[in-house]
Amino acid sequence: MNPVRFSWSSRSGRALVFQAALLIVLVVAGWALWRNTAHNLAARGIRSGFAFLDQRAGFDIGEGVVPYTPDDTFLRAFAAGIANTLRVSLLGILLATPLGLVVGLGRLSRNVLVRTLATVWVEVLRNVPLVIQLFAWYLVLTQLLPDPASPLVLAPHVYLSKGGLQLPMPVLAGGHLALERPEVTAFGVSGGLSLTPEFLALLFGLVTATSASIAEIVRSGVLAVPRGQTEAAAALGLPHRRVIRRVVLPQALRIIVPPLTSQFLNLTKNSSLAVAIGFPDVVSIANTAINQNGQALECILLIMSVYLTINLLTAAAMNVYNRRVALVER
Amino acid sequence: MANPKRKRTAALALLAGALLVPASARAGKTLDAVRQRGEVICGVNTSAPGFSGVDSQGRWQGLDVDMCRAVAAAVVRDANKVRFVPLNSQQRFAALQAGEIDILARNTTWSLTRDASLGIVFTGINYFDGQGFMVPKKLKVESAKKLGGATVCVQAGTTSEKNVADFFQANGLKYKSVVFDTAEAITSAFFSGRCQAYTTDMSDLAGARTKVANPNDYVILPEVVSKEPLGPSVRRGDDEWFQIVRWTLFGMLEAEEAGITQANVDKMKAESKDPIVQRVLGVTDDMGGLLGLDKEWLYRVVKQVGNYGESFERTLGPKTPVGLPRGANNLWNKGGLMYAPPVR
Repeated sequence: MNPVRFSWSSRSGRALVFQAALLIVLVVAGWALWRNTAHNLAARGIRSGFAFLDQRAGFDIGEGVVPYTPDDTFLRAFAAGIANTLRVSLLGILLATPLGLVVGLGRLSRNVLVRTLATVWVEVLRNVPLVIQLFAWYLVLTQLLPDPASPLVLAPHVYLSKGGLQLPMPVLAGGHLALERPEVTAFGVSGGLSLTPEFLALLFGLVTATSASIAEIVRSGVLAVPRGQTEAAAALGLPHRRVIRRVVLPQALRIIVPPLTSQFLNLTKNSSLAVAIGFPDVVSIANTAINQNGQALECILLIMSVYLTINLLTAAAMNVYNRRVALVER
Repeated sequence: MANPKRKRTAALALLAGALLVPASARAGKTLDAVRQRGEVICGVNTSAPGFSGVDSQGRWQGLDVDMCRAVAAAVVRDANKVRFVPLNSQQRFAALQAGEIDILARNTTWSLTRDASLGIVFTGINYFDGQGFMVPKKLKVESAKKLGGATVCVQAGTTSEKNVADFFQANGLKYKSVVFDTAEAITSAFFSGRCQAYTTDMSDLAGARTKVANPNDYVILPEVVSKEPLGPSVRRGDDEWFQIVRWTLFGMLEAEEAGITQANVDKMKAESKDPIVQRVLGVTDDMGGLLGLDKEWLYRVVKQVGNYGESFERTLGPKTPVGLPRGANNLWNKGGLMYAPPVR
C-alpha cells in the first residue's frame, strides 16, 4: 500500500485542506452561536431547555384526532398539533392532485367553455395570496351560513352551519358497528363526525390554491410530450381519450412528478397559515405554548424540525415514485 | 498584502472571533438610550379600546398609552416623545426581551411565570381586571356555568386561554375552543356567530362590544373567573429604569390622592403649602433626582398627561364608549385597590 502523501501541489490534497478548514469554521461558528445564545438567555433570566415538554399544558385544543385534555403535557399538545397538520396536509394532497389534473387537462381541452373555466380557475387562484383566500373561505363559512342552533339540513342527519359540517359517524358500540348521529341542541349541533369551519376553510383554501399550481404543472408536462407521439397514436386509430390516458399522460408523468413533489411540500408548509383562521395546527399550538412558557427558541426549533421531517419524508416517498415512472433507458 | 487567499483566511478568522465574543446583556442602559434617542419606545396593544388604539385623528389613546406618555414626560420632558409599537399577544414578550421596546404597556397580566421566567419584570398594576364571558343576548344564558357544550372564542397566547380551561374543568363542563391569534379575528368570528361565547378580560369584553353596531345584543356574564392584574413591564436587570417606570405610575396615583389635576397643577405648584403636594411637584425636595431624573418630573407628568384618575376617566370611564365604572381601580381610600407607596 502506498502511503498517502500530502502535497500542496496536488489538487485533491488542497481540496481536502480547504474542506477540512470549512468544516472547522462551520462547527466553531455553530458552537459559538449556541453558546452565545445560551449565555444571553441565562444573563437575561430567560428559562431555556426542553424540560417544559413534560409539564402540564393547561390550555385546550379545539379539535383533533389525538385525544387531548388541558391536563395533558406540552408534548401531547404538540402531538395533537402535528396530527392536525398531517390531517389537513394529507387530505389536501389527496384532493388537490386529482383536481389539479382535471383542471390542467381542462386547460388543454378543445371545448372553449371548459378551457376558459380552467384558465379563470388557474389565474384567479394562483394570483391571489393564499392567506386572503383562506380569509375569504372562512368568511363565507362563518358569515353566510345559518347559526348552529338552526343549521341547514343537507341530508338526514347531515348539518351545515357556522359551527361547521356535522355527519353521522360509525362508532363501535357494544361490539357491533353503530351510527352515531349528530343532534341539534341549544348550542348547535353535537355528536357525530364534526368538521369545523376552520378545518373546512383551510382544506378548501389549500386544495383549490394548490390545484391551480398542479394544473399548470400537468399542462406543461402534457405539452412537453412531443407532438409526434399524439399524431402517431391518432394514426393508429386510437380515440382521443385513450391517446391521453395511454400515450400522453404516462410520458408526461416523468416531467410532472418532480415539480409536483414541490407542490406537495408547499401545501404542507402553507398549512401553517392555519393560525390566521384559528385552526389548531402545530404552529398554532406552538404559538400558544410560547406564550404560556415563554420559550420561543425551543418551540420554533420544534416547529422547524416537524416541517423538515414531514417534508423530507414526503420528498423521499415521491423520489421513490419518480424513479418508477422515470424513463427506463436501455 | 499580496496574497488574496491569506486575506480571506484572516477575514474568516475575524468573523469566527466576532461570533465568539458574547454580546453584552443590556443592563442599566435603558435610561441613557432613551435620553440619547430623545423618545421612549413603548409596546402597546394593536387595538384594545380604552387601553390603546388610534383615534380618528390618528393619535394613540388609552390607559396604557397614557402610561407611556407619562414616562416620556418624566424622562424626556415631552409626553409626545413616544414611539408606539403595536404588538399582538405573541410578539409582546419577545419584543421586550430583544430590546425593541423600552416598556411593554399592553394590558398584560402580571403572573409568577411571567415575572420569573421571561426575563421581564412587572413594575406595578395600572388596572385590576378579571376574566369574564360575553354571550349574545338571544342565547338567554345568565351564568357562565350554563355554558356547558358551548363553543368559546379565545385569543392565543393569553392567560385567558388557560383560565377558561381551568374554569370549565373546575365546574365539570365541556366546551369547544376556537383560538385566533389576533383580537380582530376573534371579535369578527364572535360577532358573526361562530362562537357562542367570547372570553377575555372584562375590560376587553367591554371594549370589544363598543365595536359592533348593536352593543345591546350582547351581555357580559356576571362571573369573574380569574384575577387579571394588568400592568407595565420592563426588561430584567435594569433597576434604574424599572424604578422610573414603577414610580411614574405611583406618582400619578399619588397626584390623584393629593388632589393635583391637569387643570390645577400650576396653581398648586405656586400656592400649595401642603408638604405632600410640594414634594410631588418638586417645590421642596428633589424626589426626581433620586431616580436619576429632575425635580419637576411629576409636575410634567400631571401637566401633560394628568393624574391616574383623569387618565382613567378619559380612556375607560363611564363617559367613554367603553364605559367602565371605576370599581376596584378607585383609590384605596375611596373603596378601590389602587394604593401607591408615598412619594417621600
